Amino acid sequence: MCSCFEKEFKGLYEKDENGIYLIEKTHIKSMIKCLNERDGFHFLADITAIDYLEFTKPTPTRFAVIYILRDKEFKNVITLKSFIGKDEENLHVESICDIFFSANWAEREVWDQYGIKFLNHPNLKRVLNHKEFKGHPLRRDYPIKQRQACTQTDDLMDEMTSVLSKKGYNSHDDLMFLNLGPAHPASHGTIRNFVALDGETIVGAVSEIGYLHRGFEKSCENHTYNQIIPYTDRLNYCSAILNNTAFAHTVECMLNITIPERAQFIRVITGELYRIIDHLVCLAANLVDMGALTNYWYLYNPREVAYDLLSKLTGARLTNTYVRIGGVAHDLYDGFEEDLKSCIKAIEKGMGDTLSLIEHNKIFHDRTQNVGVVSAKKAINSGFTGPNLRASGVAYDLRKTDPYYFYNSLDFDIAIGSVGDVYDRMMVRFEEIRQSISIINQSMKMLPKGDIIVNDKAVALPKKQNVYNNIEGLMNQFKLIVDGVRVPHKEYYGAIEAGNGELGFFIISDGSGTPYKVKVRPPCFPAMSTLPSILEGGMIADSVVTLASLNIVAGELDR
Amino acid sequence: MAVGAEAIFGNSIVTTKLNSAISWARESSMWPYVFGTACCAIEFMSAASSKFDISRFGAEVVRFSPRQADLMVVAGTISHKQVPVLRKIYNQMTEPKWVISMGACACSGGFYDNYTTLQGIDSIIPVDVYVAGCPPRPEALLDALLQIQKLQKKEESIIKDRVNKNFKGQLDV
Ligand code: SF4
Repeated sequence: MCSCFEKEFKGLYEKDENGIYLIEKTHIKSMIKCLNERDGFHFLADITAIDYLEFTKPTPTRFAVIYILRDKEFKNVITLKSFIGKDEENLHVESICDIFFSANWAEREVWDQYGIKFLNHPNLKRVLNHKEFKGHPLRRDYPIKQRQACTQTDDLMDEMTSVLSKKGYNSHDDLMFLNLGPAHPASHGTIRNFVALDGETIVGAVSEIGYLHRGFEKSCENHTYNQIIPYTDRLNYCSAILNNTAFAHTVECMLNITIPERAQFIRVITGELYRIIDHLVCLAANLVDMGALTNYWYLYNPREVAYDLLSKLTGARLTNTYVRIGGVAHDLYDGFEEDLKSCIKAIEKGMGDTLSLIEHNKIFHDRTQNVGVVSAKKAINSGFTGPNLRASGVAYDLRKTDPYYFYNSLDFDIAIGSVGDVYDRMMVRFEEIRQSISIINQSMKMLPKGDIIVNDKAVALPKKQNVYNNIEGLMNQFKLIVDGVRVPHKEYYGAIEAGNGELGFFIISDGSGTPYKVKVRPPCFPAMSTLPSILEGGMIADSVVTLASLNIVAGELDR
Repeated sequence: MAVGAEAIFGNSIVTTKLNSAISWARESSMWPYVFGTACCAIEFMSAASSKFDISRFGAEVVRFSPRQADLMVVAGTISHKQVPVLRKIYNQMTEPKWVISMGACACSGGFYDNYTTLQGIDSIIPVDVYVAGCPPRPEALLDALLQIQKLQKKEESIIKDRVNKNFKGQLDV
């Protein structure tokens, strides 16, 4: 899969037991360049680092950086790892921003969280933590509860001045500066866009995130695998079960277990329902931003029907915690099928009503077509995935390119756009709702009988009657709750197609019931980092619809 | 039996205290400002939409400017980075003002006991009603609104500022 790379750098890399390529720090850039240009690995999924300070196995140095890339078909993943810097002064590597646009924020995050410098980075400053923060929280020796107060918000003028001077503005006299966010109706959460306006045209834009950084990754390091599932609910809180599934699926791959077929189908059905809900919220909010409030009710109300169904099934409306490592928490209830049918009917009606109002509506077309355009090339280079990437015409969907569960035996299409504007992004989502409905209908027909969780004492909790009636069951329950599911030594990247795109987890286990490290690859993080460049040159009113069309969800963006 | 002015003018007038009359009017026309940051804000949206319909209690006029609002609903996790923003917006609201802290995160940091999350907004701004839940159901938020209405009945004077000037939050030193 990477023949040119292997030929050119023969002897300069080693493959470890996890299939990760170990490389020297001095070769990082040239190797990634070669992989990108000659082997077609044109998509950078993520960059992260590992602090091995307390690891159970000895390592050459304390820190390592990790690069995860995908190839042209979006099927094969290659992971590169390089041990770096014996001491603080040498804790740096060459930046790869000029190869991948998506590396920009990813490297800033590694700097912020681990204190690893990236040489020649255009703007290496913190991205998640506030500017008064001292130290690097994801280092193992940073105490998890050491909080640091923030007294002032960054004015962002340093970044803005450099953006403007690149555009040839040396005096700011004629420009107006405007903050959109972090508390702004148009920001959908806590995102901040700072723009410089010439009239109504945006000449410079800077985004700041991290207002909802709630330490997910650090919290993972002191919870067991099953305890992390509730945390994953709150990443993209519009599609909890998809996040649960992405995490559990990755852990199951590390454990090398296959979950029962019924559980797989239940995950597909509830996951697709959540994909629909996710799209509904995004579309509803996007339409409100254009002033189309009626559509908001049409799209939002079917969600209430779905929430009734989900609370019956899982006990909660939006933070479901329904998935367990090895399966799901409980089986479908009697009457689930009828409820699902009426839920789908409500969704179809809401969607039909909305489309009848906007499909041939000139105002809608004018507001969305050729607004916020992202070309296919730029989208790939910036790390776009999901509906945002497909709107630019790239047919990448993990359910097709690297199918998991039963997606290869289900009949559905990938919707793609042609221009990559706001209109395409919205219409792709509408079409995906239709496809998801069809997937749900097919899966309900194929749904087999059987277990809903693996029959493995080391993974799944025993039945309650065993816990209450025999000592073995009780011990088993106790061990699993206290120690957690033990995952063998491994470093692994797993991903599924979530509502927003590729949701990946890079997990390192040290043999215990608590992960040594968890890194999320949130699909909207790269999209957000690209936003300023999309906004520049556009109108201020368009910035609002463009932001909404990318479906940035602060929970997974800031983690 | 009617006395005073009511005895003279019959049923055409009602005498009351100005305080009560204004509080009564305020009660049924709260204008909320939603400081929504995370998952809880989604449940606020549900409370505002047709099924739960917050307008039954007169609080559907959601304002996006703190200066036009008298009820702040803090819905979601507040990180330390967000704290100066929260405080600034609270200070921009004019008297009289009330605060609902919605959800475990806003009340106490919730299950995010870590380096970045504020452990309860009441260390920054005064809170009137706390709503438990992660997230609270929309009905719980409606209940909180009713609690605020009860508080309004108890206000001793409409001219006096209701927020305790001696309140000192983490950032007010
Ligand atoms: S209380 Fe729960 S639902 Fe609400 S913001 Fe916090 S984590 Fe989200």
